[in-house]
Amino acid sequence: MTSLGKDLLDLESLSPEQITAILDTAEPLKAISLRAIKKVPTLRGETIVNLFFEASTRTRVSFEFAEKRMSADAVNVAIGNSSVSKGETLVDTARNLEAMKIDMVVIRHQASGAARFLAERIESNVINAGDGTHEHPTQGLLDLLTLRDRWGSLQGRRVCLCGDVLHSRVARSNIHGLRKMGAEVAVCGPRSLLPNGAEEALGVTVFDRIEAAIEWADALNILRLQLERMTAGYIPSLREYNRVFGVTRERLDRAPRDLLILHPGPMTRGVEIDSDVADGPHSLILDQVTNGVAVRMAVLYLLRGGRPDLATAGTAAGE
Amino acid sequence: MTTRPLLLTGGHLLDPSIGLDGTGDLLLVDGVVAAVGGSIAGPADAIRVDCSGRHVTPGFIDVHCHLREPGREDVETIATGARAAAAGGFTAVCAMPNTDPVTDNQAAVGFIRAQAAKADASRVYPIGAISVGMNGDRLSEMGEMVAAGAVAVSDDGRPVVSAQLMRTALEYARTFGIPVADHCEEPTLAHGGVMNEGIISARLGLKGIPSESEEIMVIRDILLARRTGGRVHLCHMSTWGSVELIRWGKERGIPVTAEVCPHHLTLTEDRVGQYDTNAKMNPPLRTQRDVDALVAALKDGTIDCVATDHAPHHNDEKNREFADAPNGIVGLETALSVLMTWLVAPGTITLSQLVEKMSCAPARVFGLAGGTLRRGAIADVTVLDAAAAWTVQGSDFRSKGRNSPWLGSTLRGRVDRCIVGGRQVHVRDGLA
Ligand SMILES: [Zn+2]
Ligand SMILES: [Zn+2]
Repeated sequence: MTSLGKDLLDLESLSPEQITAILDTAEPLKAISLRAIKKVPTLRGETIVNLFFEASTRTRVSFEFAEKRMSADAVNVAIGNSSVSKGETLVDTARNLEAMKIDMVVIRHQASGAARFLAERIESNVINAGDGTHEHPTQGLLDLLTLRDRWGSLQGRRVCLCGDVLHSRVARSNIHGLRKMGAEVAVCGPRSLLPNGAEEALGVTVFDRIEAAIEWADALNILRLQLERMTAGYIPSLREYNRVFGVTRERLDRAPRDLLILHPGPMTRGVEIDSDVADGPHSLILDQVTNGVAVRMAVLYLLRGGRPDLATAGTAAGE
Repeated sequence: MTTRPLLLTGGHLLDPSIGLDGTGDLLLVDGVVAAVGGSIAGPADAIRVDCSGRHVTPGFIDVHCHLREPGREDVETIATGARAAAAGGFTAVCAMPNTDPVTDNQAAVGFIRAQAAKADASRVYPIGAISVGMNGDRLSEMGEMVAAGAVAVSDDGRPVVSAQLMRTALEYARTFGIPVADHCEEPTLAHGGVMNEGIISARLGLKGIPSESEEIMVIRDILLARRTGGRVHLCHMSTWGSVELIRWGKERGIPVTAEVCPHHLTLTEDRVGQYDTNAKMNPPLRTQRDVDALVAALKDGTIDCVATDHAPHHNDEKNREFADAPNGIVGLETALSVLMTWLVAPGTITLSQLVEKMSCAPARVFGLAGGTLRRGAIADVTVLDAAAAWTVQGSDFRSKGRNSPWLGSTLRGRVDRCIVGGRQVHVRDGLA
């Protein structure tokens, strides 16, 4: 089988075969969540630390469910920025983790590259649960799984990421993952929220108008507009953003085909996405949440040296 | 203390300032060049050093380094910095004033001179701050600092944000004939940036510093130099756009000079790789187009000289998340070899041109003694082995800093001896 290596740090460095292996492993694992007893013994005795330097209820809970359903012993460490302000460095954290003889670390950190930094310094497997404005690979994978479920294959499909691409780790993971799997990728938003030279840097098409993006795409992945960044003056106002770039029912009604709608959450309804779109028939937003647990189970499992045939066997046998 | 005469015999004398390029002897007596070229008998008590197979050049001069004392003696002192300079062939270095406290008064300038005298290695010339505390609002007492030995003023580490302050500094410094050295960075544009803004920053998710943050200040300073007649020296140029602007200024006779660092002449943003903090500096490593333009500008004189921007940091400070690590690398002990490896060995420039850029030109630009082997000049001399190959190891550094992107690299050319005032202050291990 295709091995993942020690860590999952980004999608940029994964091969299409590795991504396919993760998605194929995740597929049967979805069934575990539908059972009366939502647990398999696969990672029994494994110790996992969820190390969150930055608050994220959604991602942390999703990892926690994945770990528990695989019977791992999981410990949550929410560090916030307090420990850093007290002078403890990521190097110290790494040394402490290493001394505790844990098996895996799931890390969320505000600095781009932090997951790699940790992975280079400890022997445990490291999973990047979002590093700064770099990548959020498991979110990218769950988006891929969600779209693959609908389409069967991502080959030749057109996906547009809408909104604050500049600050979005979700966008980067999606762009690398989708392109590797043969999809065409575009971004749409005000130029002040797109990386300068996005076409060359990330290999995407850029749409300045949301109407043009809607006309082109098969799916829109709508990124959260980060309210906390609005003071920096990247856009004039949320009101204007909604009027110019908001994904609204009226705009979707003019689309030449039915569009699938994704959003990594949390949503700001009435700004980047209207409620009737978020809750509408083409929204895959809740599927994304379900798939998130399965993808994370698959990643945990594969990094611990698992084999897909065993995972499937466990499922089929009902344990 | 009397110094015995020093006779360097049979070396390849290389000094573009007096058109010297051939085998000959060099005699240093009482701290000055007593005789140069041909076969020199020398006094009986002279120390004789066989320099055959070696190049003998005027000592290198670094117009831009950070020696961290006072304030951060844990990462460098004037003594360790001066010894690192000597090991790199620099007979003189200019120390930037962003120390703690800031070198913004005559007492602080005097302190640096006193520490340097005690160090007994390369010469250290203090640079005074432009503004009190480098706070960017009030001029520091330049007249007194110059009287105490300061050779230039700069708020390096910080840009001079106020155009009015920069204008006044240029006017005022003109009185004393010293250059105003500026760290060109438009702060609202560079704000929060940690590497070059471009393809790599977009992929790594790191906030970029656009070229324009440098170029806007470059053209501002050139225009203010035109207005005031004051001499502006532009520190560590990093972009092709800056090169074009300096060319524009020089063509119009505006009093502007500029320096470029070895790392900006040889490395690109690709070197950041996977968040390598030894490739984090300010200004950041840019693109191949910028590197090519900087090399061409150094060759054609648009950029006057090489400076190291030697910036030692503690390992623990560099060993952290890229965005939070401090800017800068050490450079005194690798500058010559890096440029010999990357520019001289491939034939891009000659060794003679490199000596011009590392010795003659910096002396000229900052009005310092040295930079020549002319008879009667101060006896500051570098002896180097152009054929040597060596592997950079942090543990070999005289500097306390280990933060170098060239650790583990094998470089061509190495400094054998550094002679200051006719005395050998550095002799490479293993040599007599
Ligand atoms: Zn500077
Ligand atoms: Zn500097």
